[in-house]
Amino acid sequence: MILAVASGKGGTGKTTVAVNLALAVSSQRTNQSDAEVIFLDCDVEAPNGALFLHPTIERRQEVGLLIPEVDFAKCTYCGRCAEVCQYSAIAVVQRKVLIFAELCHGCGSCALNCAEGAIREKLRVSGVIEQGLARGPMRFAQGVLNVGEAMSVPVIRQLKQRAIPHDAHRCLVILDAPPGTSCPVVETMRGADLVLMVTEPTPFGLHDLRLAVEVAREELGLPVAVVINQDGVGDEGVDRYCQSEGLRVLMRIPMDRRIAEAYAEGRPMVEVLPEYRQRFVDLYRRIMEAAGR
Amino acid sequence: MKQLVILSGKGGTGKTSVAAALAHLASQEAATVMADADVDAANLELVLAPTRLEEHVFMGGQVAIVDAQACTACDRCAEVCRFDAVIPGDESYAVDTSACEGCASCFYQCPADAIRMEEQQAGQWYRSRTRFGPLFHAHLFAGQENSGKLVTLVKQQARLLALDTGARLLIVDGPPGIGCPVISASAGADLALLVVEPTVSGVHDLERILGTTEHFGVPALVLINKADLNARQVQEIEAFCASRGVRVVGHVPFDIVVTEAMVHGQPVTVHTNGAVSSELRLTWQRIRGLLWE
Repeated sequence: MILAVASGKGGTGKTTVAVNLALAVSSQRTNQSDAEVIFLDCDVEAPNGALFLHPTIERRQEVGLLIPEVDFAKCTYCGRCAEVCQYSAIAVVQRKVLIFAELCHGCGSCALNCAEGAIREKLRVSGVIEQGLARGPMRFAQGVLNVGEAMSVPVIRQLKQRAIPHDAHRCLVILDAPPGTSCPVVETMRGADLVLMVTEPTPFGLHDLRLAVEVAREELGLPVAVVINQDGVGDEGVDRYCQSEGLRVLMRIPMDRRIAEAYAEGRPMVEVLPEYRQRFVDLYRRIMEAAGR
Repeated sequence: MKQLVILSGKGGTGKTSVAAALAHLASQEAATVMADADVDAANLELVLAPTRLEEHVFMGGQVAIVDAQACTACDRCAEVCRFDAVIPGDESYAVDTSACEGCASCFYQCPADAIRMEEQQAGQWYRSRTRFGPLFHAHLFAGQENSGKLVTLVKQQARLLALDTGARLLIVDGPPGIGCPVISASAGADLALLVVEPTVSGVHDLERILGTTEHFGVPALVLINKADLNARQVQEIEAFCASRGVRVVGHVPFDIVVTEAMVHGQPVTVHTNGAVSSELRLTWQRIRGLLWE
């Protein structure tokens, strides 16, 4: 079971839900046949899961894109590489080849099209993938985009490739998504069995929820369910929307200053307010139902 | 003309609520133009009640399209695609446009000439009128790439109008994170206001967004939102800012009036005159002093 936890709007409680679900389910695991929990922090621009789960990192791997490097002994300055590059990442001017690494998507087309075989590819590091174990117990992995780097998608893609096991259907893989509705969110949601939208019942929450649901359902064809956080603030808009769209609300977390205070300290809700442990186990059961498991 | 960008790293810390309040306060003193640079989850329009004056198409990147008649299912496109965008089939192949990055590698490699590249409309952008001045905003279609390009376009248009009309200030409401749209939103800014909340996540992400603004040479100020949520984290933010030579220009308390204002579709400084509004007025005076000092 691969579950993506997303939202559209930032700060609605994605990490709170993802972390507490992971802790509640992993602590309930009584024997080998129960689902092992694997937590992936895919919000590589602002990864915060580790602040709550305190993983022990066992493996660290630099990741990035393969960018071109020109062998000037072979280059004839024909300009074919610049012509086929769709990102203007290569320019050939007189007897110079300029490579703009930050524009390169690492597609490899320039190397394939070079008749002289004058282009090799080398890794340009833009982030790191860290894997380890966290209390629960659970497996933990996160991607961290280097500060100043623009492209988070390659880091997310490689994080998922490395950290999602082949027997994911026997595990509970939780993907903590970045906010927004553009390419990093798509990359995170792709391949998920269910997208759990965490929203707040406010006009901003609703506006961005609609867009995120559009991405998950329309663009990617994935089933979607909802958690309403800070229930009681704002207005009725989110509830009305969920009803009209046939979206199941699997959990409601009330507006409670104790939850906000625990979050501020980096303390998971299930530890500060133990009654929530069972509520997150119940959420897991509803998630499995909603995904048809 | 000065350009002020509102950023945060972590989502949901109150960027848009602050941007709307500053737009209200600034426009009472001098001609102000606004740009919503959070193009995949644009919320500024929800509190500025804009009247749309112009609507424009945004052509994003291109995607590969396979002509099923001409395709020989030779597998070459799948071989060269590094974005897992090719969907193999027995008779003919297809492209998952949500995964395609438009690199055209398959287009150049296809021996049957069965692939063409097609430009796609990726969104829309608007010029609107609000009671606080012109607003430039956009809507990136669900799951599209090139949010950085659209941010640049929206900002460029706002900047041109601001210069043409002799406006004194351009307020840019930025996206969360530290990646491509954030870098586009910060380009050319005279000052960045970083809205941070006193939580472990807020502090962690502040370090990353400040690293980003420093990397691109944009001076930054910090506004602590929900400042009475956790005294210890506030101290940590203040100590961190002092160590980096960054001024803290405001401490806005945690108050439900911010959500109420949003529900009423108003900047909080228009909606009420309590502690939140008076702190935002003081904050604006400090920012104004630093912008034109």
